Amino acid sequence: MATTFWQPVRADDTIKIGVLHSLSGTMAISETTLKDTILMMVADLNSKGGLLGKKVEAVVVDPASNWPLFAEKAAELLEKDKVVAVFGCWTSVSRKSVLPVFAKDNGLLFYPVQYEGEESQRGVFYTGAAPNQQAIPAVEYLMGKEGGSAKRWVLEGTDYVYPRTTNKILRAFLHLHGVSDDDIMENYTPFGFSDWQTEVAAIKKFASAGKKTAVVSTINGDANVPFYKELANEGIKATEIPVVAFSVGEEELSGMDTKNLVGHLAAWNYFESVKTPENAAFIKQWHAFIKNDKRTTNDPMEAHYIGFKMWTQAVLQAGTTDVDAVRQAMIGQRVKNLTGSWAVMLPNHHLTKPVLIGEIRPDGQFTVVWKTPKPVPGEAWASKYLPEDKGKVANWTFPWVCESCTTPTYKKYE
Amino acid sequence: MIERLRLSLFALLSLLLSVQIGFAAGGQTRLATLVQQLGADDFDQKIAAVGELAALGDPRVVKLLQALENGDLYVTKDKKVVLARQDGDNFATSDPISGAKIGTATSDDIDQIIVNNRVREVIDAVLGTLNLFSPSRDDRLAAALDLVKHPSPASVPALQKALAAEQDAEIKQDLTLALAGARLNSPDKKMQLAAIAELAGSTDPAIFSILSALHDSGNLDPDVRRADESALAAIAQRLQLVRIGMTLFEGLSLGSILLLAAIGLSITFGVMGVINMAHGEMIMLGAYSTYVVQQLFVGYLPASWLEAYLVVSLPVAFVVTGLLGIALERSVIRFLYTRPLETLLATWGVSLILQQLVRTIFGSPNKAVDNPSYMTGGFELIGGAFITWNRLVILVFCFLVLGVLALVLKRTSFGLHMRAVTQNRDMAATMGIPTARIDALTFGLGSGIAGIAGVALSQIGNVSPNLGTLYIVDSFMVVVFGGVGSLFGTLAGAMSLGIVNKLLEPVSGAVLGKVVVLIAIILFIQRRPRGLFALRGRAAEN
Amino acid sequence: MGPLLDRRGWIGFLGTGLVLIVGIPLLNMLADDSPLHLADYLVPLFGKYACYALLALSLDLVWGYAGILSLGHGAFFALGGYAMGMYLMRQIGTRGVYQNPILPDFMVFLNWKELPWYWYGFDHFAFAALMIVLVPGVLAFAFGWLAFRSRVTGVYLSIITQALTYALWLAFFRNDMGFGGNNGMTDFKDLLGIPLQTAAMRRGLYVVSVLALGLGFLVCRYIVASKLGRLLLAVRDAQSRVRFLGYSVAHAQVFVFTISAMLAGIAGALYVPQVGIINPSEFSPGNSIEVAIWVAVGGRGTLVGAVIGAVVINAAKTYLTGSVPEAWLYVLGGLFVLVTLVFPRGIVGFVDQVRSLRRPRAAEKLADEKVAP
Repeated sequence: MATTFWQPVRADDTIKIGVLHSLSGTMAISETTLKDTILMMVADLNSKGGLLGKKVEAVVVDPASNWPLFAEKAAELLEKDKVVAVFGCWTSVSRKSVLPVFAKDNGLLFYPVQYEGEESQRGVFYTGAAPNQQAIPAVEYLMGKEGGSAKRWVLEGTDYVYPRTTNKILRAFLHLHGVSDDDIMENYTPFGFSDWQTEVAAIKKFASAGKKTAVVSTINGDANVPFYKELANEGIKATEIPVVAFSVGEEELSGMDTKNLVGHLAAWNYFESVKTPENAAFIKQWHAFIKNDKRTTNDPMEAHYIGFKMWTQAVLQAGTTDVDAVRQAMIGQRVKNLTGSWAVMLPNHHLTKPVLIGEIRPDGQFTVVWKTPKPVPGEAWASKYLPEDKGKVANWTFPWVCESCTTPTYKKYE
Repeated sequence: MIERLRLSLFALLSLLLSVQIGFAAGGQTRLATLVQQLGADDFDQKIAAVGELAALGDPRVVKLLQALENGDLYVTKDKKVVLARQDGDNFATSDPISGAKIGTATSDDIDQIIVNNRVREVIDAVLGTLNLFSPSRDDRLAAALDLVKHPSPASVPALQKALAAEQDAEIKQDLTLALAGARLNSPDKKMQLAAIAELAGSTDPAIFSILSALHDSGNLDPDVRRADESALAAIAQRLQLVRIGMTLFEGLSLGSILLLAAIGLSITFGVMGVINMAHGEMIMLGAYSTYVVQQLFVGYLPASWLEAYLVVSLPVAFVVTGLLGIALERSVIRFLYTRPLETLLATWGVSLILQQLVRTIFGSPNKAVDNPSYMTGGFELIGGAFITWNRLVILVFCFLVLGVLALVLKRTSFGLHMRAVTQNRDMAATMGIPTARIDALTFGLGSGIAGIAGVALSQIGNVSPNLGTLYIVDSFMVVVFGGVGSLFGTLAGAMSLGIVNKLLEPVSGAVLGKVVVLIAIILFIQRRPRGLFALRGRAAEN
Repeated sequence: MGPLLDRRGWIGFLGTGLVLIVGIPLLNMLADDSPLHLADYLVPLFGKYACYALLALSLDLVWGYAGILSLGHGAFFALGGYAMGMYLMRQIGTRGVYQNPILPDFMVFLNWKELPWYWYGFDHFAFAALMIVLVPGVLAFAFGWLAFRSRVTGVYLSIITQALTYALWLAFFRNDMGFGGNNGMTDFKDLLGIPLQTAAMRRGLYVVSVLALGLGFLVCRYIVASKLGRLLLAVRDAQSRVRFLGYSVAHAQVFVFTISAMLAGIAGALYVPQVGIINPSEFSPGNSIEVAIWVAVGGRGTLVGAVIGAVVINAAKTYLTGSVPEAWLYVLGGLFVLVTLVFPRGIVGFVDQVRSLRRPRAAEKLADEKVAP
């Protein structure tokens, strides 16, 4: 075997970043768009002269929705291609699979999807929402007057860690607000589930107990289309039983017939329909890049937008792409997000994000019906609701420097 | 809040009905002011405006509220409410009341007036009650049904009035129920008991919901409580029976989907012995054909024809996947008839290529295939038994496909040749049957049917490059369970798996139910190694 | 019985083994800036190939020599992997996120109060090692006992093995099963007290994987060369005739199926610490089909072919997903179609054919051993 096979000559005139998103397999549906987003951002940056006087080169690999392959490809990116940052992963399991690699090889990962929290790794920046930036405000909205004062709750999810965690936190939250277990129904279905008759019938039955009922859906990916089709055909109107989803965005709606879904809700930190100059420019740039005026933008794309901009800022501030320097420089970076407020990188590697509640429109977009007055700081640990998280701090600045600790790792030198 | 609004609304409405108020001179300006108020930022103000608008009794209000609900009302920069329709990149604006043209605006000039579910509920209620007296039967029926679900004492006078005027028996029945529901909270105990007695005869989850709300409301007269409880028990019992019937229907529906997915495979795999891993991709291509046909209809044909796209998709999908199947047979599979297990390998390769090909052409995200109106919604058979059209149509359709296929196999010379070739290739060749051509056509037929299945499946699920992988394993289970080579076996296999699955699901959950079914299949095959309906002949000897 | 390997075979076997076991770790231990240095990430990658090769070997034993096309071998692989994963999880102890000395993190999170009974004993390596072969072995024995005694054969057998792995796939997805649901098990810390992330540990795991592959190969050769192996070949080619001659076909099949499952279990167990994760996707029916494809591409019924097929296809996958991420499925899919059509006896068969063209005597020998469909 030739040694050049695994040791390419290092090109010093480019800065390499990795893109680790599935381009085939089950997750390609969602992840391909994110790969294109990063390529767009890179092209944009290069057209403006690059970074530190060098061109940025995106190394794209295909982990093919295969979790061990994610780890293999991550190692390849970090050790063979020597990338200085990686933008990637969607599912929790893919992130979990690459974490040891990033820890060992001292890499930087920008993870752009809303997730279950309970984590804050040294080398990972979480640019999607933590549970307190999506689930809880959404439920608060539905409890309130504008949301219809829901009293009974169906927690419907796909059986994996994100719905399980979110629902666990929500149950604790609902208990705090005086909802008893009798008024909560929790149900899980497998990935790619397609026959929703029984579940929708169960929801209808649960809702017929004489109290306003709302459905909180953490159903993932492919299973959503048949679920919403069943809802629409069974005539469940948003005014009667509103469904709020945490994994359904513009891109998912573009694959559905939304005429009968009007009024059902989603909670995100970004909607394409928000009118700001930044968003208009972003949408225009996206349409030009992808050469299709019909392509939608969505929340994880905004997360990558913020993450990429923050990374370039941190590189400029550090004056180098050295991972340790950039990681230090990341905390405190501010980027104006696409909905007009400021995203700030917190010491726990999460962002401040506004929470928007949108109702589905007939054209497959969302109408923002409510938003938090100011951005909500992301919390890695649900200390307020879960007893096992009580007192846990995630903080990567001195003297804490830890993923989860109750006292600082270092003593302060007074 | 909404109850209060309904109260005032009905009060106004009944007033309107008893004394026909003419339009006061101030009506016009009041209308204009209220329309302006719709543009307020605050939802409470919007709702108040909607309520008052309804009370004006002006016929133009209906259109106005519909426009509001559909999101056609906008606010301009100088805070004027206008009606706007998208026209290319810009909007054509007009006066919301008179409809007179104002001009054009860009999307930066105007902001859509946002309605949320709460406003929408109020608009629906207003339009609903106005519709009680609509000339259209459908509108009246919908309004009556809505009132059954949302009873309010304030609606009693309007309901009585509507009941007296109503001729249609079905609407009359709903109005009676609505009236009973409205009287449920009446202070008069006798009236309450009469209302409960009226409602106890119904089988409707909505009524159950109303009665249980009464039960939870507390402070009930003991007699009323007892009557309420027995009514609830009676309805619950009937609903339970309905539930069992519905479970069977759900099972049949799931079975029909499994059957559609598996019929094509029962030919390519069952009859020809090809372990056709690309079968799922044929289904997927059928679904994408549907998508393409839909886009062509949208792009090139008048909008009124759109509904027909699904029917047109059937032959298109059949031909596209059928031809692809023939090409596949001619180029790859015909070399492998002596090595059946290796067809697995080649077709797996083909399936990878087809998936990626679709990804390259159409992109990875799901494609939207709309349900035509005859595949949307459903009807209530009896209370709580809601049958959706798409499932019913698919159920009927799968039997149609099976029937036609059985006819082709048993009654045509092609079918005869096909059976001859599969039962004894050499003998068939000796008899002068062009075996190579029959092979190609048979594989084409199986693939074409898979394509048709794709058209149907596009109506209930995703249209994505992964569509095929969702169905392939289940399809094999169905064919093997039913007995390889037997169409009837495939039917029996699909239906029994569907029903067992749905019977287990409420007890064990969706996942465990399926696991149990799979284990049952494994054990069943030990007992009957050739499936439910074993075939005799050469195919059975391998 | 025939000889395990002929003289040339032993030279090739030991030579290759020596190069792989000594050569690769040595190259990895060279200084970073040496032009011959082998990057760290390649060591577990090669180790992974070795595990896949062992899995392919185990399938070739039943498919190539006994005619049993199992589309569920991934299940045995995954079960071995889970057994190893459970041991590794128990080793984490208080270093987990929730610092529970006994319960793995995902159980703490699901509010489980105590360890379920089937997790007992997995804190001991010896017990886990036993389970790695026992669990797949017992499942294969029970499954084979039922299937082979009732003479389920051919595609029926293939499909119910697929049903087996499909059922396990769905079951392991369930969080309530107590195996970590979709996320499975990850974040392993150490094995036998040695941290997994150290270079020495990775080299060690790699060497063990190659050794296991070598031993597995010898075991398979031994079985194939024995009287039982002859019987299996006869079963593959004319099952009924063997039965009429008075042999117990089912016993032979159950035996070889069980051994094969155990080998797959060992492959899975070695795979898990090297890739750092075990989750239900290993049970997916597609994975098991892929294993059959490795065997077919390499050359069925040759043992060496299975190893070559597994390594070649996985190396191609590694290379292509990096170099042509948008088009690698075309290449791989095309390769499968091409191999089936043009090289029906796989890479090894093709090499034999080329050789036989040069040496006519070998061609005659080849014709004698023609592999039946």
